[in-house]
Amino acid sequence: MTKQSIQTIKMGLMAFSLFALVACSSSGDTDESGAMGSEGSSSSSSSGSTARTNPGSTSGQLTQEEIRAQNALRQTVFYFDFDIAEFKAADRETLSFHARDLAANSSKRIRLEGHADERGTREYNLALGERRANSVLNYLIVNGASRSQIEVVSYGEERPAQQGQSENAYSRNRRVEVVAR
Amino acid sequence: MNLSKALHSFLAGTLCLWSIAASAELSIQITQGVDNPIPIAVVPFSWQGTGVLSEDVSQIVMNDLEQVGEFLALSRSNMLSLPSDESQVYYRDWRILAQDYLLVGKIDRAPGSQLVQVQYEFFDINREIKLAGEVLTGSVTQLRDIAHEISNVVFEQVTGTRGAFTTEIMYVVAEYVNPELTYFRLEKSDYDGQRAQVLLESVEPIMSPSWSPTGRDVAYVSFETDLPRIYIQNIATGDRRQITNYPNLNSSPEWSPDGTKLAMVLSKDGSPDIYVQDLTTNQLIQVTDHPLIDTEPSWTADSRSIVFMSERTGQPQIYQIELGASSFDVERLTYDCFQCLNAQFLPDGVNLVHVRRETRQDPNYQIAVLNIETLRIITLTSTSLDESPSVAPNGSMIMYGTKFNGRGVLDAVSIDGTVKFRLPSTQGDVREPAWSPFLN
Repeated sequence: MTKQSIQTIKMGLMAFSLFALVACSSSGDTDESGAMGSEGSSSSSSSGSTARTNPGSTSGQLTQEEIRAQNALRQTVFYFDFDIAEFKAADRETLSFHARDLAANSSKRIRLEGHADERGTREYNLALGERRANSVLNYLIVNGASRSQIEVVSYGEERPAQQGQSENAYSRNRRVEVVAR
Repeated sequence: MNLSKALHSFLAGTLCLWSIAASAELSIQITQGVDNPIPIAVVPFSWQGTGVLSEDVSQIVMNDLEQVGEFLALSRSNMLSLPSDESQVYYRDWRILAQDYLLVGKIDRAPGSQLVQVQYEFFDINREIKLAGEVLTGSVTQLRDIAHEISNVVFEQVTGTRGAFTTEIMYVVAEYVNPELTYFRLEKSDYDGQRAQVLLESVEPIMSPSWSPTGRDVAYVSFETDLPRIYIQNIATGDRRQITNYPNLNSSPEWSPDGTKLAMVLSKDGSPDIYVQDLTTNQLIQVTDHPLIDTEPSWTADSRSIVFMSERTGQPQIYQIELGASSFDVERLTYDCFQCLNAQFLPDGVNLVHVRRETRQDPNYQIAVLNIETLRIITLTSTSLDESPSVAPNGSMIMYGTKFNGRGVLDAVSIDGTVKFRLPSTQGDVREPAWSPFLN
């Protein structure tokens, strides 16, 4: 878990610096990635000024495509509908950017962690979490990632993102997380 | 050593066996009993020795009998006499109080030793006969075991069914600290939640404890390597070994009744299928082969067939397959539920305990029993998140995991649904009960 949380922080920092880079030119549309992504966006108001003075940003204008790619890579949590193992159609474009990023960086390794809400039996949810992660895995591979870059693990209902029996908690717990390795 | 602090700071993914961490204290609450319980008088056992005994043997027997719901014990304050052996028993005294049965006893120091001996006698008031009686000897720390032994005798004399009061349960406790830290513990206790011990503690999930049929070992899933893998642990010594390391999911270990094999779920070839590993030769046999989910294996009593859940027709339903049969040669056992999951046969081989979701619209999961000959279904529970049913070895009760006030608790229900009791936990979420086989 500690390793995972360090990775979470790393991703958060990465998201923060990416955001800082694109803050001036960003059209302002925010992603709805939840847990990890929101850390980046919550610091958006203060990050604008740091971006202007950041010498790293002098390398030139980012294309619209690059900006979209960076925004897409900041989304690392993908939510699923109840009883459904396939990721949402709305996430297709975002996942395409993840796939292209993996294809372009062959040394990059990720872990896809599948989760379910607590309804239904634990063993079934463990299998369902794996199917959800595999649904993302297959899409990444079809779009250029290599199988060897990706590890899949299911936690079923054992690691809820949010405690409780509310629909809101359930919807946040049905997810696949992309974790850098 | 400060265990929790050490775990917190450093030991991500590592484990402490036999930890000193406080185990969840469970104690029984009866939530529902039968309409006409059998009246029984359990007279306080006399104690001839010096000092105070650590356990109240007759109180433990009373608790045992009331917990299963079929008995109503007479209040001590209403007793007209307090006999401790047959010579002091007057049946009339108990008939006046409308009692059907009477248990009396006395505890002495065993001559020339530190042991105690417990003599008990059990009477049928209406027929005016002694049904049972013996002297049990043990150390003072075994008084609780002796009490459960006596409960077994009383239960069997009255109901004709072997008592399960000397059995144990195993379960998983999850103690949520913060989003980054949850302690998972595998614990074992008496069937009534007393004398809990921690068998394994980890900061990664622990799942699916399964007793070996001798009660000596437990198989379970641990994520301690960051991946779900199956382990076998000797309960008394704590010695353990990892027995699977296949790619992807390794889950749901289930010991065959003859003790020679372990059924399990592996998704090494892409999707979860049922496998059986021979525990002496380590040979692995694939039992099912389907691109959709197959999981939750359980064994028939003859160790020759496996009951499992499969999504092959779209939603989870229960199927049965004989070992060695073609993977296409499966028999479907459930039809009239939206989802039927996690099934196992009762010792009678006819009634199938399972988790049931009746309709798509109503996502409630309840414990039910399907008679596969008459096709009669009895839904035993009325809560909505019921799972992991485990049957007492005498087939009389089913323990299962559910939620109460937002927390995981263990409930038990009798096979006919009339009696319920709960083992609330003072600490953490309790789940995945596994009832032991008969241990003596």
